[in-house]
Amino acid sequence: MSNSKGQTDMDRRAFIAKTAGAAAATLVAPGVFLHAVAADQEQAVTDRVRWGMLVDTGKCADGCTACVDACTTENGLPNHGRPATDPTWIRKVRVRDNFTGKETNLPLMCQHCEHPPCVDVCPTGASFKRADGIVMVDRHICIGCRYCMMACPYKARSFIHEDIEIKPTNAPRGKGCVESCNLCVHRLDNGQAMTACAEACANAGHNAIVFGDLKDPGSPVSQALQQLPSRQIRADLQLNTGVRYSGV
Amino acid sequence: MTSILYRIMALVLVAGLSAIAYGHDHADAVKGMGLEGTAKADALKACVRPTDWMRRNHMELIEHQRDLTVRQGIRVQKDSLANCVDCHARQDDKGQPVPVTAAGEFCQHCHGYAAVKPSCFQCHSTVPSPAATAQR
Ligand code: SF4
Repeated sequence: MSNSKGQTDMDRRAFIAKTAGAAAATLVAPGVFLHAVAADQEQAVTDRVRWGMLVDTGKCADGCTACVDACTTENGLPNHGRPATDPTWIRKVRVRDNFTGKETNLPLMCQHCEHPPCVDVCPTGASFKRADGIVMVDRHICIGCRYCMMACPYKARSFIHEDIEIKPTNAPRGKGCVESCNLCVHRLDNGQAMTACAEACANAGHNAIVFGDLKDPGSPVSQALQQLPSRQIRADLQLNTGVRYSGV
Repeated sequence: MTSILYRIMALVLVAGLSAIAYGHDHADAVKGMGLEGTAKADALKACVRPTDWMRRNHMELIEHQRDLTVRQGIRVQKDSLANCVDCHARQDDKGQPVPVTAAGEFCQHCHGYAAVKPSCFQCHSTVPSPAATAQR
């Protein structure tokens, strides 16, 4: 087979893939996409997808807690009125440039690192990274040692300190295990390529969080990353985070 | 270790079931197992596999699917624990779902008899999700 023929085949493949992708990404409601890659509940996830986010801190509004509230509702996070020990998957952080005095808001959650320190230190294999880049805790295996909490540079993980009254079907949890943001994995697995936080931020009119597949050049997050300068928090650790920030 | 434990549990369970089936409280037992009533399962002839197979092996099915779901994102509705609960949870007089772990309910009936305390329900919901309930 000649080179030129091989090249033609490649182009044809790319064309077919694009067309299929366009047909499969159906707009259900504003900001809510049914995504072909995530749609099949019976297929194992693959590394052809890497889920990620871009947070445009310039758009993150003072005093707004839409993303935090949406996360609490979606994942049934218990609130005992004890902030030191109640689980938190996403929190608003305010950073101040001491020289200029400029203050910036940003939501901080698990950064879904390519090289996650929590996975490195976990003695049981409970902390793991899924093929599609989501860093999660397999709580069937977690022994609650909390090494991962110590290792995480982003303070993204929570320990469940207390008995759980209401156990949501989508987010099972019990006392004695560690958990953190899983990019609304139940939504992704069921074909909805949109996290609760990004959806809530858009619904509140801020659009500060853009979610999508980092490996798909046409995804909203890839497009946004093309347009805006962005950085990783603690890029010096070389973790290659799946969550990027612009404006900090 | 776990699988040996499960096997022992299964044997005890089968022994328990036969005892119940031939006991004088047969009607009560059947009622307690939700074979007549308001659970979805009550209207069905068989579970997701033949009944005698399910009696012995349902825990294997759930454990297998559990790892596939968490690790690989495979969410086959049919073999999921959520589906067990959705199908076997009864509704009370007010139309509210009764936890499958309540005394006499489908799961608890055998687990209690066999003195088995599976760890599923330490974390997993014992009633169908509100969405599943709303669909009825
Ligand atoms: S708390 Fe659980 S997930 Fe974290 S390191 Fe220990 S075993 Fe692993």
